[in-house]
Formats: sequence, C-alpha cells, structure tokens
Amino acid sequence: MVISKATSNSDDFTIHSTFASRYVRASFPRFKMPENSIPKEAAFQIINDELMLDGNPRLNLASFVTTWMEPECDKLIMASINKNYVDMDEYPVTTELQNRCVNMIAHLFNAPLGEAEAAVGVGTVGSSEAIMLAGLAFKRKWQNKRKAEGKPYDKPNIVTGANVQVCWEKFARYFEVELKEVKLREDYLVMDPVKAVEMVDENTICVAAILGSTLNGEFEDVKLLNDLLVEKNKQTGWDTPIHVDAASGGFIAPFLYPELEWDFRLPLVKSINVSGHKYGLVYAGIGWVIWRSKDDLPEELIFHINYLGTDQPTFTLNFSKGSSQVIAQYYQLIRLGFEGYKNVMENCRENMLVLKAGLEQTGRFNIVSKDNGVPLVAFSLKNNSCHDEFEVSDYLRRFGWIVPAYTMPPDAQNVTVLRVVIREDFSRTLAERLVIDIQKVLHELDTLPSKITAKIALNGENADKNVTVVTKKSAIETQREITTVWRKFVMEKKKMNGVC
Amino acid sequence: MVFIIIIYRQGKAKQSNLHSFPLLPSFFLTFLSKRSLFLYIYIFLNFLVKNKLIKEMVITTTIPDSGEQLQPTFASRYVRTAVPKYKMPADPIPKEAAYQIINDELMLDGTPRLNLASFVTTWMEPECEKLMMAAINKNYVDMDEYPVTTELQNRCVNMIARLFNAPVGETDTAVGVGTVGSSEAIMLAGLAFKRKWQTKRKLEGKPYDKPNIVTGANVQVCWEKFARYFEVDLKEVKLSEGYYVMDPVKAVEMVDENTICVAAILGSTLTGEFENVKLLNELLTKKNKETGWDTPIHVDAASGGFIAPFIYPNLEWDFRLPLVKSINVSGHKYGLVYPGVGWVIWRTKEDLPEDLIFHINYLGSDQPTFTLNFSKGSSQIIAQYYQFVRLGFEGYKNVMENCLENARVLKEGIEKTGLFNIVSKEDGVPLVAFSLKDSSKYDVFEISGSLRRFGWIVPAYTMPPNAEHIAVLRVVIREDFSRALAERLISDIEKVMKEMETHPIRVSTKTAHVTATVDETQDGDDGGKKHIKKSARETPEEIATYWRKLVAGKRTGIC
Repeated sequence: MVISKATSNSDDFTIHSTFASRYVRASFPRFKMPENSIPKEAAFQIINDELMLDGNPRLNLASFVTTWMEPECDKLIMASINKNYVDMDEYPVTTELQNRCVNMIAHLFNAPLGEAEAAVGVGTVGSSEAIMLAGLAFKRKWQNKRKAEGKPYDKPNIVTGANVQVCWEKFARYFEVELKEVKLREDYLVMDPVKAVEMVDENTICVAAILGSTLNGEFEDVKLLNDLLVEKNKQTGWDTPIHVDAASGGFIAPFLYPELEWDFRLPLVKSINVSGHKYGLVYAGIGWVIWRSKDDLPEELIFHINYLGTDQPTFTLNFSKGSSQVIAQYYQLIRLGFEGYKNVMENCRENMLVLKAGLEQTGRFNIVSKDNGVPLVAFSLKNNSCHDEFEVSDYLRRFGWIVPAYTMPPDAQNVTVLRVVIREDFSRTLAERLVIDIQKVLHELDTLPSKITAKIALNGENADKNVTVVTKKSAIETQREITTVWRKFVMEKKKMNGVC
Repeated sequence: MVFIIIIYRQGKAKQSNLHSFPLLPSFFLTFLSKRSLFLYIYIFLNFLVKNKLIKEMVITTTIPDSGEQLQPTFASRYVRTAVPKYKMPADPIPKEAAYQIINDELMLDGTPRLNLASFVTTWMEPECEKLMMAAINKNYVDMDEYPVTTELQNRCVNMIARLFNAPVGETDTAVGVGTVGSSEAIMLAGLAFKRKWQTKRKLEGKPYDKPNIVTGANVQVCWEKFARYFEVDLKEVKLSEGYYVMDPVKAVEMVDENTICVAAILGSTLTGEFENVKLLNELLTKKNKETGWDTPIHVDAASGGFIAPFIYPNLEWDFRLPLVKSINVSGHKYGLVYPGVGWVIWRTKEDLPEDLIFHINYLGSDQPTFTLNFSKGSSQIIAQYYQFVRLGFEGYKNVMENCLENARVLKEGIEKTGLFNIVSKEDGVPLVAFSLKDSSKYDVFEISGSLRRFGWIVPAYTMPPNAEHIAVLRVVIREDFSRALAERLISDIEKVMKEMETHPIRVSTKTAHVTATVDETQDGDDGGKKHIKKSARETPEEIATYWRKLVAGKRTGIC
C-alpha cells in the first residue's frame, strides 16, 4: 500500500505545501507531550502562527519595557544567547562587562566613589529581583543591629506609598516583613513624605521612595523625605535608611533633571534599583541594584565564586540565565553615551507633550500625569457617566493600540485612568496617529448609547412611557453598579499594581 | 603626496603667490627621507592656507569629523581610545563601532559549545532561534497583552506535570510555574514548604521559628542560598568516599519536627548519580507514621528530570511516590533550551499555600502567579514549547539515548588510557567524571589547564567535605556533543597525557634544572641533592593544594 505509507511517512512535510501537511490538520497537544516528533518547519509554523494572536509589542502602550533595539545590538544578543551568565570562569569578559555597567550606573547616580573605584551592585533579571535583594540587605542589617542591641528582631516593617509596584508587596509577604502603606489622596497620588516619616518606628528597616510612580509617572520628593528622616533619626537615635525604587525614573532624572537631588547625593539613600529594560533601553530581562558602599550590603548575604584566581562576589536569587541582556546594556551605555541618552529622553518628553496637547484639544479628558517625571500621559474622562475609560480602552484595541485603563489604589479608587507610556520607539508620527484614533473612538462612542442602557431601553419600548423613564433612570444606575463591581474586582486583583 | 602633486599639476602653480614657495621638482622629492618629505608637505600646505589658495587644511579635518564612515573600521578613533570602564562616555559613537568593540572583546570569552563544564544548552535549531528572536521584545509578565504566550507557558507546565506522573485528570490543569532557572524554582518550592510548615505549627500552637531542611552535602549552591536568605537551617548529610550522594537512611535519621522537607537530588551535579528517592520515601513514610509528623520530599531534578522519564521509565522517583510534593527541573539543561528557563511543579493545589500566590486578572480570566521575578523575556518559554512539540516523547528519548551512547564512548576511551579511575556511574545523567590513578607527578588541575590550550573547557573539582581529597575532571555530554567531538576529545586527552608523562610540568622542570646545576657544582654531595629533589616534588603538590583550596568554594557553584 504505497499511498497510505506515503502520507504517514515522515517526509510528507517536504512534499506537501506547508498548510496541507497533516501537522496543521490535527489538533495540537495541550496537556501532554506528543508521542512523535514533527519536522522543525512545521513546529516553527504552528507556533509562529499561534503567536500572531498576541498583541504587537511595539503597539503595547501599557508597558515601560523596551520593545525596540538597534539591529547591531540584536546581533550581539543573538550571538550570546547560549552563554550562561553565571559561568564566570568560562566567560570572564561577560562578567567584566557586567561590572562595568554597575560602575557606570553607580557614577550616574553619584555614588561616593573614586575615579577608578569599583562600585557595589549587581545585575538582576529585573527590578523585582533587585528590590528583593535590596530589601533583604536592609532586613539583615536591621536584624544584626537589633541582635547586637539585644532587642527583639521578629517584627520588621517597611514604609512605602500605596502606589508601589506589586513586587514590594511580594517582598513583604515572602520575606515576612510587614508592609506599612502611606495612603494616597485623590489630588496627591504619590507618597507624602511627612506622613511616611510619621509612620516610621524602631522596627522600620527602610522607607522606600519611588522615582517615577507607575500610575502617573510623578517623582516623589526624596529630598524632603531625607531631610525629615534625618531629623527624626536625630531625635530618636534610630538609623532608618531610604531605598529609592527608580525602576522607571532612574534613567530619566540624571539626563533631564540633573539638578534634582534624589540619589546618593542624599546621605540616607543607601541603595537604588533601576530597570535596565525600561529607560535603560534594553529588552526585557535586566535590572540593576546599586549600594552606596560595601558596608550597606551585609557580607553574610554574599556568595563568593572564585574564577581563575580572582574573587567574584555574587548576590542573586537566580543562578543560570542568559547573558544577552547584560551585553546589550553595555552596548547601549557606550553606544549612546550621556548625550545619546539625554537626546532619547528629551525626545520622549517632547512626544509626551505633543500627545498631551492633542488630548487636551479634544476637551474630553482631564490630564492626571504631571509634566515633570517619567514621560507618560495618564488621563481620565471628564464625563464618564455614559461611557467609561474601560470602553475607550476596548475600542482602541480594535485599531491595534493597547492602552490600558486602571483604577487608582485605595483612597483614590474612584479615579480611573488611561495610561500611555512614551517609549523611545514611540515616534511623533505614532503620537499624532494615536490622537486621531482616540478622536475617532470618542466619536463612535458618542453615537452609541452605552451598552446596558441600549438593552434595557429596548425592553422599555414595549412598556408605558412612564415606565420607560423609570427604567432609563435605573439603566444609568445599573451601569454605575456594574462599574463599581468592575472596580471592586480590579481592586481585589490589585491589577493596577501589576503594571510594568 | 600624490594629492599635493595633483593640486600642483592642476594649474594652481600658475597663480602668482605660489611662485614665492620654494617648489622642488617632483623627481627631487624621491630623494628626501620620509620624515623630511612629510615636513615639506606640511610646510607646503600651511603656505597654501596662508595664501588662501585652499580654504583650510583639508587633510587634518577629515580625520576627526563624520568622515569616519570612510575610515576602515579598525582605523576609526573609537578603536584607538580606551573603552569606558567606570563612567558612561559623554558622547555617542556609531552603532557599527559599538558593535565591533563589544564583539571583539567577547571573542576572549570561552566558546560556549566547547564548554564541557556546564549542563546548560548551547545549541538549538535555527527555526527555534527565529522564534526566540521574534519574541525577544515580548514581556512575559504582560499576560493581558500576550495571552498566547501565557497559554504556551501553561501548556508546558501541563506537559511536564504529566511527564512526572502528577495525579491530574486528562484535561485538568497542573499546578506549576515557569521560572528563570532552577534556583528560582527551588526558592519557590522551599518557600511553599516553609509557609505550609509554619501554618501547621501555628495551628498546633507550637513554636515556628526554627525551621530546617535536610539535604545531601552534594547539593547545588542555591539550596544554601535559600537557607540563608529565607532563614532556614540547612542540615547536610555528609558524604563518604565511594558514595557521593545522600544516604537516605542517614537523611531520615536527621529529620526532626522542625524539618520542612527533605530534598533529594535526581542527578547529583558531581557524579550525575540519581539518589534513591524510593527508599527515602519508604523510610520517611515509616518515620512519619511513628512520630505523627508529616515531613514531605522535594526532588531537585534540575539535570535528571528530562533524563529519567525517557531512559528509565520504570524508575520511581516522581509523583508516583506519595511523599513527593514538588519537583523542580531546569528547562535549560536537558530540557534543551537556552539558559533562562526552569520549572517547578506541585503535586496538587493544596501543596502550594494560597497566600503566596498573587492573582493577576487578564481580560476577565484569573491568572495566578508565583514568582520572584516580574518582567522578563518570553523567548525561553516559547522555545521550551517548541522543543516539546517538535521533538515529542520519541525525539527526547532519541536525544537522551544518543547522549548516553556518547558518554559510553568517551568513558571507554578514557579507561583505555589506563591512567584514570571513572567516578561517575553508568546510570544517571550523561556525564563522565574521572580522577587520576596516580596524581603524584601531576594532578587533574594541570590536565584541565592543558586541555584549555586545545580549546576544551573541562573543569576539575574537589569533592565536598569528607571526600575532599578526591579531585575529579568532569565532562558533561550535551545534545550537541557529537560522537566526532567525543573522539576528538579522547585523542586530545591522550596527547595531553603523553605530554605530561614525557615532560614533567614546568614548575618542577625549573627546580629540576636548578637541581642539576647544584648537582654539578657540589659534586658528590648526595645529601644536598636528595633534599632539593624532594622539595622539587613537593612544590607542585603545594601548588595543587593551593589550587584545591581556591576551587573548594567553587565546586557547588557548578551549573
């Protein structure tokens, strides 16, 4: 039976056209590994095609994470994709590049270092790992101090604003530290330094300030926090330090606001984390944490790996990982230099202003974000009784844009915002295009009655006119109820903290 | 020079001013030395500029300006100056230059493919590389925006759970997550055990501040890390010579009421041996019954998890054993994916405390997450799924069988030299660990050093405490280590051994040389000669001891 043999033979892929082979006809394994192998071309095609349904990363305006790099850097990344970052013995140059990046970033943040002094810091997978490492260092330092004083050390806490990213909550829960959140106000969406310092007690391992709040891009006033805390430390004799979570703002402030004091120029700032994959302009998977000096990183947390005679201290939660991102970060730092980064950031800011002006011109939005800060535009509808921000977000998706809508954290949760992050690759053309598309969406929404209203109104047509009025009223109420439920649901899931 | 002569010949000489310059006849120029010729040209150009015959010194301006596109790559100023090491440079440089500088410096790194030290995958099919490159700008954590990628991750978890015989129904979703590597996986698993134990102790009203974990001394460094960072006491079962894995009997003896779990290793990093999980399970079941405790088992199958199901399907080490509550496996080892992916699978939902899970909702459906990292690339997850569907059970089996076959070939070749003892076992992860029969003249560290000259990276390690006097060379057989490379390695080892046998190592030659001269001058003084010769032999031993000390800390850091 030659024919039946030919179809079941393994080389039928080479004979058939790609989309006629049996591999695209059968349903694909989802729960169990398939029994047999399939040709690599078929595997590629099937996975590639399914991935087409993912959003386009370049049009994803929800995230700070870099989605474009120069082709030259892509080449370097691909060449080092099989290099294990942790094999410092075998790949000494990669390790050296990592150390250089740490030095450069430390200098950028004004760490008190000599010309050729090595800085203390590590490359991580992202700011989450960086924050856990920094938090762990604070916790251990506090524990050691309390142990030395003979005081109890089982109830550590950390003070932050309620606008922190979810990873702080994670750190608190996994490492058994109590998270004390400073509540927000509707007109003040970042941590209030005065309130924060009030919450500090003897068990506080550190106060975490955010440079570039994820919600509206605002910088917290680290300088005021430092001043207040210095005073409190003097009064109480404690030694509460500050950590700055500069995940998104760390590569903005030094270039756009060199006068702003938020970094190691302030004496209480002991560690800073920054995401290389945000405005560090590298693809996802790289973060950095820098300590002020060696004393701020307890020795017992460091694991020493010696490579070819020299000692390489490591402090990470991960072990084996690719080294592409570290190399890419070094590429960006030397390729762009200070001037190049400055140009990119200025450009982002300019595009942000264009977009902001465009949105203001529609007359339908309140701008929630500040001009100074991380280049993003957060805006809410002036009148969301008929259609709300979630609907705008949904409609924009049909044009290809991914613009997320969030509710704000507790005490400001009745504000819903749409957020557009301006990345390096979001050009002026795209900004203008987006304004046009938003106008189209608003137009469309105006012609439509809100979904629920329409449905109930249909039922009401059969009834009396009086009844219709009543149902119509309740229709608005229903919608409000639904919005409240939505908000509650989203609040529970803490979605707005999960932004990246 | 040609340039100037051209200007000269293009009629500029006719202009009146030029006559005031002492122009030499062109044939005369050939008599001048190089230096004086340049000086002459310089004076001539200066003269031209002064007399506004040409606007400026054209030649000098071409070097530093944007004309660098004309410069050959290795003559541009960027390769002439030192690369910035401590401070960000002030100005940008062209992307080609940046690429070349970094690329060239990276040439000095070892070649990953020839790195026989590591289990981590160094080769994948070009089709998969294409998929990875396409997904490199996709953030794995944006589940809302990239639902398909999330779905692929869940499928991988399901497939691995079923491979490990997790008790789940046909279309039930398994409980597990993708991680950056086994380190993260182990920390998550350990954290789950710790939290579960704490909750239990709290309910019983007993103290819960002194948790401990029992493992063999052969564990990877990440267990030590977990213990130190999460404040758990690490109780290590000591090894003994000839038995380089955890002894289940001793391990169970060490278990007490504060033990959050016993960690067994499937594929010890040192010898590739599988620990006897089945025996451990039986002994622990008995102990649990006697004491009323509920001590669970975690299996660290970082390297063995993708070997055992294909090669030893009858070996019981996974969720078939009732006390095994979680298993971690490295996707970037025998899962055949580039570094940056690991997996941890829990037996059931109950084994993962709810309060450790963070819920992210995406488009209405709930996606629970449990990770230490947040944003990261999604290439590795997609690559793992590619390998699963591309290779299937059959493909993985073929690859693993091939690895074992090559390990056997290499082992036989090494045995044939007659100079080595094989330390690794036949069954287990495909690696060959071997030690020198006689290390009085030279030791394995020198062999490792000599092999580097041929391009091979073959690490030498000392064993953990209680067996630390044994040093081994370890060759890991990966998918891409073909038969041809195995044979090549054997012949290179033979060459190195021949060299070692005929020429004693450098340090001793030097001393031996000194000995010889001393010998000649102090004719007949037997005592002195013997003394020096003895010390000559001692020197390499001392060096070896020093080396061992240096490397001692390193051996757990292997991957």
